Amino acid sequence: MVATVLSVANATKRFGGLVAVNNLSFEVQQNEVMGIIGPNGSGKTTMMNLISGALRVSEGSIGLNGRFISTLTASQINQRGIARTFQLVRVLPGLGVVENCMAGMVFGHRRLWGDQARYEAGKLIERVGLSGKEAVPVGSLTYIDQKRLELARALASSPKLLLLDEWLAGLNPTELQEGIDLIRSLREEGITIILVEHVMDAIRSLCDRCIVMAAGSKIAEGSPGEVLADPEVVKVYIGEDV
Amino acid sequence: MSHENEIKSLVWGAVLLVLAACVPLVANGYWMSIALTIAMFTVLATSWSLFSGPTHYISLATAAFFGVGGYLVGTGMSDYNMDFWTMVAIAPVVGAVLAFLIGIATLRLSGVYFVIFTLGLAEMIRTLVSWIQNNFTGSRGLYVLTDLTEADIYIYLVILAAVVYLVGWWVNRSRLGFALRIIGNDETVARHVGINTATSKVILFTFSGFVAALVGALIAPRYTYIEPNGVFSPEISFIVVIMALLGGTGRLWGPIVGVIPFALLQEYINANYSNYSTLVMGIAFLVIVYFLPKGVVGRIEQLLASRGRSTW
Ligand SMILES: Nc1ncnc2c1ncn2[C@@H]1O[C@H](COP(=O)(O)OP(=O)(O)O)[C@@H](O)[C@H]1O
Ligand SMILES: [Mg+2]
Repeated sequence: MVATVLSVANATKRFGGLVAVNNLSFEVQQNEVMGIIGPNGSGKTTMMNLISGALRVSEGSIGLNGRFISTLTASQINQRGIARTFQLVRVLPGLGVVENCMAGMVFGHRRLWGDQARYEAGKLIERVGLSGKEAVPVGSLTYIDQKRLELARALASSPKLLLLDEWLAGLNPTELQEGIDLIRSLREEGITIILVEHVMDAIRSLCDRCIVMAAGSKIAEGSPGEVLADPEVVKVYIGEDV
Repeated sequence: MSHENEIKSLVWGAVLLVLAACVPLVANGYWMSIALTIAMFTVLATSWSLFSGPTHYISLATAAFFGVGGYLVGTGMSDYNMDFWTMVAIAPVVGAVLAFLIGIATLRLSGVYFVIFTLGLAEMIRTLVSWIQNNFTGSRGLYVLTDLTEADIYIYLVILAAVVYLVGWWVNRSRLGFALRIIGNDETVARHVGINTATSKVILFTFSGFVAALVGALIAPRYTYIEPNGVFSPEISFIVVIMALLGGTGRLWGPIVGVIPFALLQEYINANYSNYSTLVMGIAFLVIVYFLPKGVVGRIEQLLASRGRSTW
């Protein structure tokens, strides 16, 4: 039996007159990697913000493992097992590499602290490929390394659901391949992931299923091969870099 | 920090504390008075830093809590015949409740809005208390007559400083301290790693309000006559901020490094060029902002670190 981890029902988000997310519904199953694609401004990040609790839905509901979460705060939602990265990378410049990673495991449901937290953080830093950079000031890390660090922080909470918002954007071809491999290894570990991406190669090779958003609404859903062949999807992407 | 280092800093702290407690044995009246001022601002600036240091929320409400402490002792003793020590017990509780309420009210504010709002609230409280004093209770004036000497008050403040340092030391190595540092770096990230940002901030802000009111109450006998406009003076809030930032808020012992020279400088200016004390405050503020954004302590650590690197 497949277990539903996340269910979004008729979620709508309005910013004044602008409807950024319009009556969106979808589900994410355990161990599934689901992609959200769509042109810029179609509401993908807003949808991630609704799930993580950064924003509250105007209408509709969001459930995690059968529990209603759409009125909880971001910190409560994190404690119930959702972790995320941000489209514009957000590391903590005043903290060290290890502390940045520890931040993810101290306050959530794991509540690790002290030597054990340092030890677990060390393992994760190695896992995302940052070994040897523990002493580098976070602000001096390269862009991809900051993204790795943000991923390590998100993984630190051992999330039931991981949200990655354009985590692969802005990487050069070598880094991109490393990034895709890294996410694939997470997938193989069985982590449930929602992936917002523009990189179609990544969508094709990583996602079991994806939904396509345009102007806040869902216009297609299915396997990457199916939706990318859908004429309506092709139409919204005309003029975009696919 | 390693275990050994922690023991070492605790021993150092204890030695310095004993030395500080010996000041009344050697100081004459003039220096005792300066030492008392230094002790008062050390406690105020250090407890202010416990909240504002890691979070970077610059509070200008210190005078409100300090003033509540002084005023409660004054009105309690003059208007209600209360005992000094009873009022010393009540004042910090009221200060903490007030700080808790201000903390809740300012939760959604950050940056300059927080600064202005805390200043505005403090001024509002000052005006309110003056008005009450002038219209209802104040006909006789607020006298705080005790047989405490400046040296006695000084010792109480040194003990209070020791408690504040211990609390600060404990907070710094606790989850709460870690949470505050994350909040100071990026509050959005803080929320997304499961930190209840409101609770963390309000706890520390309430503690700083508790301590400031206690300082205001303990030091009230020094003034003998309490004037609401004096104990609630916004200058107190500004001086606390300047001293703490001058020393540096990155370390627990940072603020005192700013308190001692600034208190001496102020004393000198007041004695010789009393018209210029506001000017000195302004210049000190500019110097901090432009040349010492991380305070003296931060600057020294920076220099040590770069020397360490260049000798490799
Ligand atoms: N906090 C906000 N306030 C107002 N408008 C917003 C906010 N966040 C996003 N928007 C608007 O919502 C729309 C969708 O944005 P976004 O979700 O960032 O799109 P995407 O991630 O798909 O590029 C855009 O028109 C954007 O300007
Ligand atoms: Mg986006």
